[in-house]
Amino acid sequence: MGVKISNEKFFDRVDKGIKDTFMRKAVSEAQSRLEGRKIEVTEELGNWEDWRDLSEEIRQHTLENLDYYLEQFARNVAKQGGHVFFAGNAEEANDYITSVVKKKNAKNIVKSKSMVTEEIGMNEALEEIGCNVVESDLGEWILQLDDHDPPSHIVVPALHKNKEQIRETFNKKRQYDKTSDPDELAKFARQELRKDFLAAEVGITGCNFAVAESGSVSLVTNEGNARLATTLPETQITVMGMERIVPTWKELDILVTMLCRSAVGQKLTSYITGLTATKEQGDVDGPEEFHVVIVDNGRSKILGTKFQSALQCIRCAACINVCPVYRHVGGHSYGSIYPGPIGAVLTPLLEGYEDYKELPFASSLCAACTDACPVKIPLHEQLVEHRRIIVEQEGKSSFGEKLAMKGYAFGASTPSLYQMGIKGAPTFINTIAGKDGDGKGAGPIKLWTDIRNLPKSTGQSFRKWYNNREKGGND
Amino acid sequence: MKVSLFLTCLADAAYPADVGRSTVEVLERLGCEIDFPKNQTCCGQPAYNSGFHRETRDVAKHMIRTFEHADYIVSPSGSCVAMLKEYPHLFEDDPEWIGRAKKLADKSYELTQFIVNVLEVEDVGAEFEGKVTYHTSCHMTRLLGEREAPMKLLKNVKGLNFTELPNKQQCCGFGGTFSVKMLPISEQMVDEKVQHIEETNADILIGADLGCLMNIGGRIDRQGKSVKVMHIAEILNSQK
Ligand code: SF4
Repeated sequence: MGVKISNEKFFDRVDKGIKDTFMRKAVSEAQSRLEGRKIEVTEELGNWEDWRDLSEEIRQHTLENLDYYLEQFARNVAKQGGHVFFAGNAEEANDYITSVVKKKNAKNIVKSKSMVTEEIGMNEALEEIGCNVVESDLGEWILQLDDHDPPSHIVVPALHKNKEQIRETFNKKRQYDKTSDPDELAKFARQELRKDFLAAEVGITGCNFAVAESGSVSLVTNEGNARLATTLPETQITVMGMERIVPTWKELDILVTMLCRSAVGQKLTSYITGLTATKEQGDVDGPEEFHVVIVDNGRSKILGTKFQSALQCIRCAACINVCPVYRHVGGHSYGSIYPGPIGAVLTPLLEGYEDYKELPFASSLCAACTDACPVKIPLHEQLVEHRRIIVEQEGKSSFGEKLAMKGYAFGASTPSLYQMGIKGAPTFINTIAGKDGDGKGAGPIKLWTDIRNLPKSTGQSFRKWYNNREKGGND
Repeated sequence: MKVSLFLTCLADAAYPADVGRSTVEVLERLGCEIDFPKNQTCCGQPAYNSGFHRETRDVAKHMIRTFEHADYIVSPSGSCVAMLKEYPHLFEDDPEWIGRAKKLADKSYELTQFIVNVLEVEDVGAEFEGKVTYHTSCHMTRLLGEREAPMKLLKNVKGLNFTELPNKQQCCGFGGTFSVKMLPISEQMVDEKVQHIEETNADILIGADLGCLMNIGGRIDRQGKSVKVMHIAEILNSQK
């Protein structure tokens, strides 16, 4: 799929999102549910701010010593018979993965949920060599069946769909003839997927956290599909972003709790799977061959910049679940597989500004995201930093805006000009606002008055009142 | 205690005297002596949030000079004070200005924050009859971190019939230039806010930031609804 999910223009996507009442209802209900549950479990845990500080520290420490921990992890995987491949970009990653699959003569591949495999477009690469790739995460499976509808959320990829729409998809693609009851839908999916699990020669997973000290990978799910994907097929390939690592199981313990609480408001999810190496003698299941593909794909470029903390992300989506912009426009409006606040920060870093220059501006900077983030990424500050780069380095602001800002700065640092401006302001506002405040002016004021009135500026200004009073006059 | 008032450009230019005047009168009633540096302008946020940081630095330098003499800077806006506190970040690589920026940041307070935390007063002796609700403002609560002072003060205003705003933590969709740059999104956000305000059946929406109030009030007006918006300084300055 790649990061980019749409060729439409930003405002066209937004318009579509806003008009999609089904999606908006689904999103806003999901947000309220997820946020509500999160508040419950964090209150129950207590000292949430201390846990956030600790989690931030763990992530910062890991990133500052990333080369050390990656090396340690790779050594430990290799020691236990696994293979590690460092992929500089998507192409290298896909080449390696397809070559492993070819060597195994594998045709049937089952996958558990993984954002990084979407990022590198792995499914397409495998399909090109004739493989049948099946997503086993329920949400991802639904999207795959629905002609590869892109994900709209990083934890709940089919968040934009309601159960009726899911029933319809099942019916159209798999002749499902039962009701839209979620249990019944899930049961059907499970039956269908079971066949794919049994047929699969290769299982591909993402990775929530890799543990450096033991060379293990861990997977957090609620459906147990990752466990099946790693025990039934003979060969396992785990694909991970290079930042997805923790030093020891102790840090993993903390971050997994933070992840589950922040993502779905659970103390722990139903399945947390830790996998170390291949099947040993006497083991009843597990892979005979184990590969880990560590993907850079633009991440190392972020290290050492003001955006480094974006790599602290544990992909919990808490920022998305509180975002009012996401709430109204939905995930597809972002045009990226990474939507919401973290998407608006991460996407331009991975893909450049050209296609995504609006994203950093699509935020009121309300900072709800920053507040929600369990690893304390200052998301709203990073959006401002993107804006600065877009304006100062990329030169992507319009001539009119540049001029307006220069004028503004000159006015606001020159008191005489400023005072002249504000003296004129009430009359100015009254003129363009019209008698009832709904007249149409020009530029930003026109846009403002498209949907809102301007304040009615009647009565004297503060300065006049203050001056009068200083002179001893009555007010 | 001498207090230098930073009025903010919205209260200075877009609104009549009420907010500034209320701020002055409340503070005087609490024993403060008011100083109004006439050269003050704007905190620089419109440029800063738009990515024009070079331009913001010019504005910030002017504001630092203008308020250098002040013991305390008090402003009836959480958002603008949060911006003043952002100044040190702007001058990270400028040894000449960073110290001056820090000093300014350290002595800046939002009005209710100043009353509750510095003057240590929670009852200003105000009286106001009305069915009201309160909008918390994102920059006040999340950037400035002030979540309690306004409520502490409002609790002690006699006559207030207060209903909490549902989803009060949610942004009203103002966001400075966001309100026009991202108009369609901003519109959805402010509509949701207005809907929540209506659910409270309040006649008056109180807020501590004129930006939010201008946005919400402007939308309410446009829709021909009757809810009135008022700045918290006006409520605190109300007397029987
Ligand atoms: S940025 Fe923070 S809140 Fe958002 S997904 Fe990443 S870890 Fe979670």
